[in-house]
Amino acid sequence: MSSRTEPTATESSAVSEEGAPSGSAIEIEGVSKTYAADAGPVHALTPTDLRVGPGEFVVLLGPSGCGKTTLLRMLAGLEVPTQGSVRIGDRTLFAPGALTPQSEALGSLGFVFQAPTLLPWRRIAKNIELPLEGKGPGRRERRERATRMAEKVGLEDFLGHYPRQLSGGMQQRAAIARALVHDPDILLMDEPFGALDAMTRDQMNILLQQLWLDTGKTVVLVTHSISEAVFLADRIVLLSPRPGRVQDIVEVGFPRPRPLSVSADPKFGELVAYLRSQLGEQP
Amino acid sequence: MAAVSEVARADLRRLRRRRLMESRWILWVTTPVLLLLLLGAWKLYTVISGVGALTVPPPEAVGGALFELLGRDMLYEAAYYTFYSTVMGFIIAVVVGVGLGIVLGKMHLLEKISAPFLVATQVVPKVAIVPLVLLWFGFGIASKIFMAAIISFFVVMQNTILGIRSIDPGHRDLMKVIRAPWWKRIISLDIPSSLPFVLTGVELGVVFAITGAIVGEFLGGDDGLGALAVVMLAGMRTDQLFATVIVMTLMGFVLYAVVSAIRRVAIPWHESSGRVTSL
Ligand SMILES: Nc1ncnc2c1ncn2[C@@H]1O[C@H](COP(=O)(O)OP(=O)(O)OP(=O)(O)O)[C@@H](O)[C@H]1O
Ligand SMILES: [Mg+2]
Repeated sequence: MSSRTEPTATESSAVSEEGAPSGSAIEIEGVSKTYAADAGPVHALTPTDLRVGPGEFVVLLGPSGCGKTTLLRMLAGLEVPTQGSVRIGDRTLFAPGALTPQSEALGSLGFVFQAPTLLPWRRIAKNIELPLEGKGPGRRERRERATRMAEKVGLEDFLGHYPRQLSGGMQQRAAIARALVHDPDILLMDEPFGALDAMTRDQMNILLQQLWLDTGKTVVLVTHSISEAVFLADRIVLLSPRPGRVQDIVEVGFPRPRPLSVSADPKFGELVAYLRSQLGEQP
Repeated sequence: MAAVSEVARADLRRLRRRRLMESRWILWVTTPVLLLLLLGAWKLYTVISGVGALTVPPPEAVGGALFELLGRDMLYEAAYYTFYSTVMGFIIAVVVGVGLGIVLGKMHLLEKISAPFLVATQVVPKVAIVPLVLLWFGFGIASKIFMAAIISFFVVMQNTILGIRSIDPGHRDLMKVIRAPWWKRIISLDIPSSLPFVLTGVELGVVFAITGAIVGEFLGGDDGLGALAVVMLAGMRTDQLFATVIVMTLMGFVLYAVVSAIRRVAIPWHESSGRVTSL
């Protein structure tokens, strides 16, 4: 565990300092974001460096308003950094000072938004299929893959329903299936399980870990939940608000696959306690 | 215990009321009843007030006139003429209104610049430009089609703009993230998302179109229900005038019902589809 007090924290020892740029799946350098609002500028994120290795599971943890969504959206090319550069694999998404993203750099990306954002006029099956449309797989294959994903998230009986006929948690699971259906290299998730009850949440955590172990995707996940962060992460990036900044980066070393019972491990409790104290220290 | 059953009973009452509200057949009962009440009130008024049959003919006289009119080709020719100019004008209004609405909805600057002119086309009293329309398009059907089109086009366009503007930013982000090409965004997001708004505009538009066509007929030419009404008035046949208005109303109902049915079939996923009308 390392604790740093400077406003920017660099990558941990897991990724070599002087490694070639192509060594990381995601690399951000000096990225900051200031929103112009009527009431004056909002410093959502102060200059931040971060590297995410290929196949790494990184969790962004922090209280509401500390810039987690902002950071994630910049990685997806949805928000333009005020300063700094973003690289995905060995391609540049944002060069310093760029005003638009170079979307080709994104390759295939899965994104789970904080809200389900399902298309209300499409049935669940068609919603899950969306990322596959116009990309090669034919109608049959699309439906098969969508069905398989729906089974994984436990929605196989709701393929013919409209989103408004599903509960909030079920809608979010459909959104997760949609984000994974095209087998993306990078998966960005913004509080994907925030709307789920504790039991379903545990199941989804197990499922996500399994998917990740099976496919070796690079995952960046945002959460409010300390225990979820410790359960899932290779590395936890702790953010603090006003202005948003990286407060600490913590390695989590429990062997995989982690069973739910890992939370009974004394080290798990220690880590949770440490993170809680870190979060509590914020001004 | 008593409190629980009280709550349960309230729930049941609410459920019953909702069922009643959602069922369509209730209209088949209430509409004739209300209509009869209205006819009764009308009859009562003509008897009590002693108003002349030339001013307000009693319902049975209007019924007789309607029956007589229904037996004459003149009515069907006029009705067909009005129907034709309404539908043609309406189609033009939908094509132009939706097309312009999409363009203006996408281009904020263009909409801002053109807004005063578009509003001007609406605030200018349409009836006042009928002489000009007659001058340009003649006394034939072209001027009626034009009137129907110009009166209904604005509401279609406004609703289309609103529809394009109301697309959920989250859905736009989704399309970006899956890297959908521009045509895919239009087909899979812009069109279905704005469709409820567009169809509401179209539904209102058809009512405006029939008004436009009839106003055009009132003021020039010898064809259509509007012109027929003018003839009735000139001949002091108030009962037949009433009957003609009833025919116009029925035609409006039919057109509205058709468009409204299309809306419900086209967007079964939308909340409004359970409702009978968006008016
Ligand atoms: N589009 C925007 N315009 C102006 N300010 C914004 C915008 N988006 C975010 N902000 C501000 O930036 C800060 C960080 O927001 P962000 O959404 O990244 O927080 P978050 O960490 O995701 O919070 P939460 O956990 O509540 O989702 C907040 O203070 C917010 O007010
Ligand atoms: Mg957020």
